[in-house]
Amino acid sequence: MLEQIVYAIPFLFGGLWVTLVVSALTVGISLVAGVLLGCALIYGALPLRLLVRLFSDTIRGIPILVLLFFVYYGFPAIGIDFDAFWAAVTALTLFKTAQVIEYLRGAVQSIPRGQTEAGMAIGLTFAERLRYVIFPQALRRFLPPWINGVTDAVKGSALVSLLGVTDLMHSINQVIGRTYEALPLYILGAFIYFVINYSLSALSRRLERRFSFMQA
Amino acid sequence: MGYDLNFAVVWRNFDKMWGGLLLSLELAVISIAIGVLIGLVLALAHVSGGRWLRGVIAAYVETIRNVPLILLVYLVFYGLPQAVDIRYDAATSFVVTLSVYSGAYLVEVFRAGLEAIPKGQIDAGKALGLTPWQRFTSVRLPAMIRIILPALSNTFISLFKDTSVASVIAVPELTWGAQWINLNTFRIVEAYLIATAMYLVTGYLLLFLLRLLERRFRVGRHA
Repeated sequence: MLEQIVYAIPFLFGGLWVTLVVSALTVGISLVAGVLLGCALIYGALPLRLLVRLFSDTIRGIPILVLLFFVYYGFPAIGIDFDAFWAAVTALTLFKTAQVIEYLRGAVQSIPRGQTEAGMAIGLTFAERLRYVIFPQALRRFLPPWINGVTDAVKGSALVSLLGVTDLMHSINQVIGRTYEALPLYILGAFIYFVINYSLSALSRRLERRFSFMQA
Repeated sequence: MGYDLNFAVVWRNFDKMWGGLLLSLELAVISIAIGVLIGLVLALAHVSGGRWLRGVIAAYVETIRNVPLILLVYLVFYGLPQAVDIRYDAATSFVVTLSVYSGAYLVEVFRAGLEAIPKGQIDAGKALGLTPWQRFTSVRLPAMIRIILPALSNTFISLFKDTSVASVIAVPELTWGAQWINLNTFRIVEAYLIATAMYLVTGYLLLFLLRLLERRFRVGRHA
């Protein structure tokens, strides 16, 4: 068993890199999009709020796998064409964006109204209130669940193998296609994913402790 | 560039989608039932057990939670039969996987529920002279169920969505049905639009029903 694992390792680096790139792109783009849309959901005009709510509830209501196939097979039919890699990143990003919107909403709404009122009373503009009053406090509520959600992005990225993107999951299946030794390879794969995600959740626990003084 | 939507083909093969939806629900129901059992037993073991037992349970929970579901599905379906002499069909293998998967999430849910029961209730049970088993069945269990019901419904709905992963080992559930129509008729957009709508409607319907159920169980003001 060890022999097969040692044999497989060199073949997995490329895939591991793709997994990390897909996860990083997903997490990065969704953070920007999610914070913008989240602000739109909290402060936007009613039609905009409804639109964001509809987006978030729809995306979170369907399986990532279906979203992935939808984007990959469905978008080209309506004229938006991209290769498997970008289709995968787009689908995962859409899903993650919906989550980030909810984290942000939860974080911002946990801040007492008095804070906003105090900001108004000392004459801060809307942008200043967000920058100096709301966001610094909301960050502490936002960070722990968000970092926890990063592990979801890494786990979700394994689904892109189904579109033929050679990520870690796909390269494991490729090696198995040659050696027919499924068990050792899947255990190795589980171990690699575990190491990545466990480190991420350990990080999130540390941050949670750091920011726990806010819980009261 | 133009793409003409044609749902007729999808309706003609709708039995694949409908049957798929029912199978998705069935997979989710069986898995959460077994998952609840695993979660409850391990949560009790965690609360009352020693260090060693806690370590083993933590290892199970952390392993499952940090590995992609699709990898676990492959591992159980393709990997395990190579090591142990077991034979199962794809659907059974998926139920095993999803049960073990949901169990890991439910241990935490149940543990939080058990720890949230006010100590006074258990003391009151003792004061009434209930045996440990009676204290469990008539004090701790009902109190815990009320606390964890919302988390349990959320887990169930997310498991329902997770059943889509069963399509990778050709279990004929809803996503597989959409894939089948896609491969045989090339009505890609239509198939996935219908599948999406079916997941959404079912998911929100379940959510609505479970929230009703939660309200029925909510006794007292604090719960």
